[in-house]
Amino acid sequence: MIGAITAGLFSTGVAASTTSYESISTVTVGGGGASSISFTSIPSTYKHLEIRGIGQINTGTEYALVRFNSDSGANYSIHYLNGSGSAASAGAATSTNQAAMFYGMGMPSTASTFGVGVCSILDYADTNKYKTVRALDGFDANGSGGVELVSSSWRNTAAITSISLTPNSSKTFTQYSQFALYGIKG
Amino acid sequence: MAAGSTYTPIATTTLGSAVTSYTFSSIPSTYTDLVLVTNFGADTATYARCRINGDTGSNYSETSVGGNGSLAQSFRDSNVSNGAYITYNGYAGTNAGSAMYILNLNNYSNTTTYKTILTREAAAASSAGATVSLWRSTAAINSIMLYMNSGNFAIGSTFTLYGIAAA
Repeated sequence: MIGAITAGLFSTGVAASTTSYESISTVTVGGGGASSISFTSIPSTYKHLEIRGIGQINTGTEYALVRFNSDSGANYSIHYLNGSGSAASAGAATSTNQAAMFYGMGMPSTASTFGVGVCSILDYADTNKYKTVRALDGFDANGSGGVELVSSSWRNTAAITSISLTPNSSKTFTQYSQFALYGIKG
Repeated sequence: MAAGSTYTPIATTTLGSAVTSYTFSSIPSTYTDLVLVTNFGADTATYARCRINGDTGSNYSETSVGGNGSLAQSFRDSNVSNGAYITYNGYAGTNAGSAMYILNLNNYSNTTTYKTILTREAAAASSAGATVSLWRSTAAINSIMLYMNSGNFAIGSTFTLYGIAAA
């Protein structure tokens, strides 16, 4: 790994590797596609969780239903700010049945093009708090797409032990979609 | 479930003099994602971009959302040849550390998909926002050049590249 500049002086160095951010599990979609992606048996030994991934669906554009501990009740709420390329907009969904990633603009089905998302779940194992989730995600398809900041609440104090991501409207994740779950120590 | 420590610093620099560009090269392909953390100032009120693998073709596009203190706006560019925006929604101030931009390059080393860059922008004096950029190439990313359209990055600006490996 080399860092270089075109002019002037600089200092460079590589910091020591940290151990507070750990890979827990990764799901990569195969050639047959997948109707859902799940992380189960999530250990309670971290302070926070983060999901990082790329996602593509089989047709159109669509958001992902994010659910915790298999709860499909109306125990979630969502707020978002997104940009469509021509306008910024904001919205909300209350007492809805899922948290969200790719909520405002969806994941694409454009060839070779994937949505990218980073989703943080703070204090996921704290049994005294409802759970709050934030995501930064979006896709660009050279003329279409969008980017968003979205927050979600799951009104439940249970520790999160499982997470599922399911494309809305019974669409499917396509091959090479990949989502990884990480744990961050406190 | 498997578990392993990751989020590893690959390279970092603090500029000892003003420069027009900085390049991370020979990026190893052994990680799943890259996170590039920048905290810089500039001596000219203009934009900064990043160029992937030295590509100067019209293979970039981007969509952004941001707020500048009075307006929330969204913009798009298609078929861009001069790289992906870092500072889409606002320029950095003149002091190092006046603007922070964090770039996520997920699945940067696969050779199957186009590469998407997700950038969170925080230009303290002018704006906040986010940008998603597409590089229409299936090549693995092995270099990232950050550059100012004109002028220089300020002395004291920092650029740090991290690698995240999924289990």
